[in-house]
Amino acid sequence: MASVKKAKSDASSAISNTSKIPEAAELKQLYRNMLLIRRFEEKAGQLYGMGLIGGFCHLYIGQEAIVTGIQSVQEPQDTVITTYRDHGHMLACGMDAKGVMAELTGREGGYSRGKGGSMHMFSSEAKFYGGHGIVGASASLGTGLAFAHQYQGDKGVAVVYSGDGASNQGQFFECMNMAALWKLPVLYIIENNQYGMGTSTKRHAAGEFYQRGASFGIPGEKVDGSDVLTVQNVARQALDYVRSGNGPYVLEMSTYRFRGHSMSDPGKYRSKEELEKAKAERDPIEKLKALMMKELGMSEEDFNPFEKEIKAIVNESAEFAQQSPEPHPDELWTDILKPVEA
Amino acid sequence: MATQILMPALSPTMTEGKLSKWTKNEGDKVKPGEVIAEIETDKATMEVEAVDAGVIGKILVPAGTEGVQVNTPIAVLLEDGEQAADIPNALFACGRPGLSADAPKEAAPVQTTATASAGSAGAHITNRDILYAQGKVIEPPVFDENSYTQNTVTMTVREALRAGMSEEMRKDESVYLMGEEVAQYQGAYKISQGMLDEFGPKRVIDTPITEHGFAGLAVGSAFRGLKPIVEFMTMNFAMQAIDHIINSAAKTLYMAGGQLGCPIVFRGPNGAAARVGAQHSQCYASWYGHIPGLKVVAPWSAADAKGLMKAAIKDPNPVVFLENEIMYGQSFECPSNDDFVVPIGRARVEREGTDVTLVAFSIMVGKAMQAAEKLAEAGISAEVINLRSIRPLDTWTILESVKKTNRIVSVEEGWLYAGIGAEIAALVNEHAFDYLDAPVARVGAKDVPLPYANNLEKLALPQVDDIVNKARELVNK
Ligand SMILES: Cc1ncc(C[n+]2csc(CCOP(=O)(O)OP(=O)(O)O)c2C)c(N)n1
Ligand SMILES: [Mg+2]
Repeated sequence: MASVKKAKSDASSAISNTSKIPEAAELKQLYRNMLLIRRFEEKAGQLYGMGLIGGFCHLYIGQEAIVTGIQSVQEPQDTVITTYRDHGHMLACGMDAKGVMAELTGREGGYSRGKGGSMHMFSSEAKFYGGHGIVGASASLGTGLAFAHQYQGDKGVAVVYSGDGASNQGQFFECMNMAALWKLPVLYIIENNQYGMGTSTKRHAAGEFYQRGASFGIPGEKVDGSDVLTVQNVARQALDYVRSGNGPYVLEMSTYRFRGHSMSDPGKYRSKEELEKAKAERDPIEKLKALMMKELGMSEEDFNPFEKEIKAIVNESAEFAQQSPEPHPDELWTDILKPVEA
Repeated sequence: MATQILMPALSPTMTEGKLSKWTKNEGDKVKPGEVIAEIETDKATMEVEAVDAGVIGKILVPAGTEGVQVNTPIAVLLEDGEQAADIPNALFACGRPGLSADAPKEAAPVQTTATASAGSAGAHITNRDILYAQGKVIEPPVFDENSYTQNTVTMTVREALRAGMSEEMRKDESVYLMGEEVAQYQGAYKISQGMLDEFGPKRVIDTPITEHGFAGLAVGSAFRGLKPIVEFMTMNFAMQAIDHIINSAAKTLYMAGGQLGCPIVFRGPNGAAARVGAQHSQCYASWYGHIPGLKVVAPWSAADAKGLMKAAIKDPNPVVFLENEIMYGQSFECPSNDDFVVPIGRARVEREGTDVTLVAFSIMVGKAMQAAEKLAEAGISAEVINLRSIRPLDTWTILESVKKTNRIVSVEEGWLYAGIGAEIAALVNEHAFDYLDAPVARVGAKDVPLPYANNLEKLALPQVDDIVNKARELVNK
């Protein structure tokens, strides 16, 4: 269990294969955290369908193990940044489901008071730095978070998420170069969900994602991103490596997005069979559940309390997101600039 | 309790669609996330997934129905143990949203108090930025510049820029300078000469030639509270980085509802140098001036350079600092007091006059001053305004001057199309139309990529005589 699919880049790997299955309490926590993301996203999809959420809404369903596994082994001072597919990352960072959902509905109670939307939420308290709508931007901004960790000497690591599509952007390479050159404490996570919108990796990327840093001497690893324990194990070691001052590390998380790219996705670029197969074989929640049933002897019924707890949280968030008022018209004019202190 | 399943929208613009297929039947158990139906529009097909667990109690809209309105109940979901017979009649009603999407309550107003009325003293204006955003004409920030001009030293613009940066770096550890050739090479234009020695490689950082990357990196570090000064070898190369300047630096505070600031300075030589061709000569004042969330300054003299540099570094917002290569070597008197900080948003009247206003920024201020000399010889009294800031623009000072002279010529080095002069013309049109004795006039670059040949370059760029001639046209002398 929890074996790392060995696919080392030319640079030497810092990851070992050995890991043991965590304690029951930890397994349950991982399960619960993934389930929260899943049910939250389903609810978001529903509210979108009702016209309560506007614009773009990129769901994370199918990819939950990645952020859940990594977050579980981070240190409190670490920072996180990602793309527009960000709801799961925010929940994993401990941000309040109510505030996230209310931002999706564009209400006053949202994290950005309704001024950011699905793609633009932040919480300096939770050390979550967005939420960025420009494909590739998180790589540079995240490398800057790492620069700040090094500058301030706080022993933090910046965990920087990008998609497979984003990792083709020039700035991704520009920043890997600087990160390696200056030994910045940054962990690059490439969430390879096999598609950049409707373009499959086969049609948009040459070579291997985990080797993208190889020419800069950055080690990389390809990881089964549907297995939260594998993710956890690999991330722990990669974070250690980065935190010890060795410079950046690249983890390619092989995963699959179960939903459309955004909400309106014709889905013509992939077959139903492919999608069904992925759902059947690569559902991170089902996989962990099966493991827990086997290892902990849990029954179907034993999972009901998770559903119950999560349902309450998610329903409360949806309720809040509809009850919270729209921002006051005066909000139009606030937060354009910070006032200059005299 | 039984709940309704509603016809979902595929996109915010979708109003109706075809319910093409039910993948579950009445009586089937469903789990959250399970596909229960498929809907179709002219653009796409989507699967409807169950949100809650339960049993499909009743299908209200049969497969194949076209034109099903969004939010129409399409089925009733029963909780485990419930019977179809238990379904309250109300749930069969169509065309009513099932979830209580109550009209949102009115939010509490926020403190945006747009209190200043035109004419109130600059010192008492709160929420200045809101008033600027609303297009209000307000008095510029208070600044007693004369109290600084008693003690001055002669210095070049280059030295002034360096002094401004160094003084702030001595005071604040979180300020650092980053860019191509800023450290060991001592700056491509020697602005940062000696700074590596003084501040060390941690704070004066040579980057690879990678503008998009290091601009983004610097913005990310500013999100964490560092205060980067990013030098672009010239602003032309910042086009590689403009995405981060605008999308990441300028917009984040707003998108974050005020949570995440970005204190950063983007600086470098802007506009034409001497015969470096079209790719190295563009003026970006109107590009950056266009963007809410940015401040944009363009110094002319050494005093401008130092005073604005200090203001830019202290400012908690992203500031684009447009320098000029030709000005670097020019000397001016510059206040020697360390506290000399020129407030952003305040222009300076460099020369008073009564017949015509010449409003200019950066190198064009010098040209306007020369033009004013020539005009004086012809008996025309020109007032010269050095804008200093492009955004926020000191509309107050411009308008006060126009009200006095009744004529205005805007002078900029860049192209006129959608330029700063166009903005000034609109401003005067909106706020001082009745004071004008002549249409607002503009002097700027010819609408061509800047040529290399000496004679053509001169023809393309605004010259002193162009300003003189425009002004004379306006006053008919
Ligand atoms: C610079 C830029 N180009 C294009 C887009 C439009 N766009 C948004 S998401 C996306 C696909 C990105 O795919 P990937 O990086 O694999 O992330 P995923 O959506 O799969 O999570 C595209 C093309 C954008 N937002 N920004
Ligand atoms: Mg992708």
